[in-house]
Amino acid sequence: MSDNLTLPEQQGATGTSVETLLEVEGLTKHFPIYGGFPIKRKVGAVQAVDGVDLTVGVGESVGLVGESGCGKSTTGRLITRLLEPTGGKISYAGQDITHASRRQLAPVRSEIQMIFQDPYSSLNPRQTVGTIIKSPMEVNGINPEGGREKKVRELLELVGLNPEHYNRFPHEFSGGQRQRIGVARALALNPKLIVADEPVSALDVSIQAQVVNLLQKVQEEMGIAFLFIAHDLAVVRHFSQRVAVMYLGKVVEVGDRDSIYNRPRHPYTHALLSAVPEVAVDDEADDKERIRLAGDVPSPIHPPSGCRFRTRCWKAQDKCASEEPPLIQLSGNREGHLTACHFPEDPTTEPRAEDVVMDPALKALEDGETEEPAAKTAGD
Amino acid sequence: MTTLTKTEDAPNPTGSDAFLSVRDLRVQFSTEDGIVKAVDGLSFDVERGKTLGIVGESGSGKSVTNLTILGLHSTQTTSIDGEIVLDGKELITAGEKEMEKIRGNKAAMIFQDPLTALSPYYTVGRQIAEPYMKHTGASKKEARQRAIEMLAKVGIPQPQTRVDDYPHQFSGGMRQRAMIAMALVCDPDLLIADEPTTALDVTVQAQILDLLKDLQQEFGSAIIFITHDLGVISDMADDLLVMYSGRAVERGTVREVLRNPQHPYTWGLLSSMPRLGGDTAQALTPIPGSPPSLLNPPSGCPFHPRCTFTGEVTGNRCAEERPTLGVGRASACHLTAEQKQTIFIDKIQPRLR
Repeated sequence: MSDNLTLPEQQGATGTSVETLLEVEGLTKHFPIYGGFPIKRKVGAVQAVDGVDLTVGVGESVGLVGESGCGKSTTGRLITRLLEPTGGKISYAGQDITHASRRQLAPVRSEIQMIFQDPYSSLNPRQTVGTIIKSPMEVNGINPEGGREKKVRELLELVGLNPEHYNRFPHEFSGGQRQRIGVARALALNPKLIVADEPVSALDVSIQAQVVNLLQKVQEEMGIAFLFIAHDLAVVRHFSQRVAVMYLGKVVEVGDRDSIYNRPRHPYTHALLSAVPEVAVDDEADDKERIRLAGDVPSPIHPPSGCRFRTRCWKAQDKCASEEPPLIQLSGNREGHLTACHFPEDPTTEPRAEDVVMDPALKALEDGETEEPAAKTAGD
Repeated sequence: MTTLTKTEDAPNPTGSDAFLSVRDLRVQFSTEDGIVKAVDGLSFDVERGKTLGIVGESGSGKSVTNLTILGLHSTQTTSIDGEIVLDGKELITAGEKEMEKIRGNKAAMIFQDPLTALSPYYTVGRQIAEPYMKHTGASKKEARQRAIEMLAKVGIPQPQTRVDDYPHQFSGGMRQRAMIAMALVCDPDLLIADEPTTALDVTVQAQILDLLKDLQQEFGSAIIFITHDLGVISDMADDLLVMYSGRAVERGTVREVLRNPQHPYTWGLLSSMPRLGGDTAQALTPIPGSPPSLLNPPSGCPFHPRCTFTGEVTGNRCAEERPTLGVGRASACHLTAEQKQTIFIDKIQPRLR
């Protein structure tokens, strides 16, 4: 797949030439756990985000993928400063906002907006659509030309809703329409960065595409940078020029779309990609490596030492337990494609000579009746 | 009511060896707002050892159908018509006593959310052992042994100790494994899996799906696999039924339906999904509008208000006449077979790149 040949939509395919809008360094968030009686003391911490480095360029769309509990949503909330970081640094447009006070943040807040996952709980059921979309402007004292109401109607039209629905309540809308209201609210302040936290995962397949297309239109036409947080790898691939893969509070691999999806190096990225169920519309789709991990993601209260993926990794060695792999550019990788692994995989997603099956139950079942499943996956 | 044609009169659309056959099933709930036609004239067959996939969006009636098969609906507010025959036994007219014998024994179910489907009050082991004791008359000790054996089979580490754990001590993937163990404990001939992996992460989902496939080979159960994810179905099922608004709109083998779909709704589903190998420069093609209300479904073809191809059908048939779903490989649409083929090749297939 050669880039740049298709459409001019990919502004700087590798995303290196773009001016940096948001820079996150070593971002950390530990949620304390209290226990004991009668005096509650801190007995531990959920290490939700533990040293995340990330940059988002002006007008760029960066995807953040990972499984539940990997800290991707927490990262989004830290960046919007809905949560106070434990450590690290967030700079927005060159300004350090890591621990900025309410007053210092006021001008920045309007430029960083958020779209939430659940369109049912993120809209106030007692307010009309007009009030919901208008309130960010009221809070920030913004008076657009022609009045706020006119602006709201324009926004409604922009997101594909009828401007006459100004006085309706959220319950009168379907899930997809509600998410459009959420998008309109995020756009009300002309933001430069939108953090979209799983914006389509609560929607039906046919509605998802409507919202993804809307977000894409908004991103391209208004030049808004997106941090697109999702667990669906196919949606992220469709939407983002650069992608970061998170595992247990850390970024394990980051790079341009093509590198992550076609030339992944980190074993976890390989495992994720191989686990995505794909519709076989033609014979090509069967050509994929098969990796089945064992168990679930470990608890972020006591994450494994060294490399956090080592407990589920098929290549893990002693070094992985003692030494944490740095997020670096491996030889042979493109610029900007960083991987945190001591023993990286080959940059391909082609089927392997032998499937990686870590799950003991699966292994037992498949070894017992080797011929069928093995032949099926390796043969064609 | 518009012209209601019998969906099928042929006794057996797929073959002779149907283990479960559902004929012209209608399920209606009476609610304050009116009558909800959750399932409206649905017929299908499941063969022994095969997997039937049912896909559809929320509200398409896929879960209701399967709750009805197991008799898990509320009898006061539900009215059911049609025929459900499981291994020669009619289930709709069967009494509660008979259903109890079938449930968990001959037919079992795996639910979507294991945290709400498992009781927080009992240990996992006890919940697995209970149906086994009830149906086989085994003693407590034997049942516990069986529970440990089942937990080991589905890949729970240290089953001897984990058997005494409560569901909250299990992780999401382990809970779903425990649910599978519970469903398989009596070696059922029919397993209904209702979105069994929707609440799970992809890497865990992949494990569970493979586990189900391998266990099916060992146990030889027939599976009805319900999901909204076409990718999962593509991996799991032999036959596929696409549902929309309480009706089946397309039927065939998975290969036929996904590689050569013939219904505009299936086209819409396929082209609105981004794929890992797809062309990112190409915009997704969503299905316009939103799913219809089941209180007041559109006349004629339920998909016609969202369909882009109604113009190709002569007259106003789409809005007036309900299309029928034929026997075997079929789609319920007024377009002629030729039209479907040309539209698919010219307009739809290029989008699926």
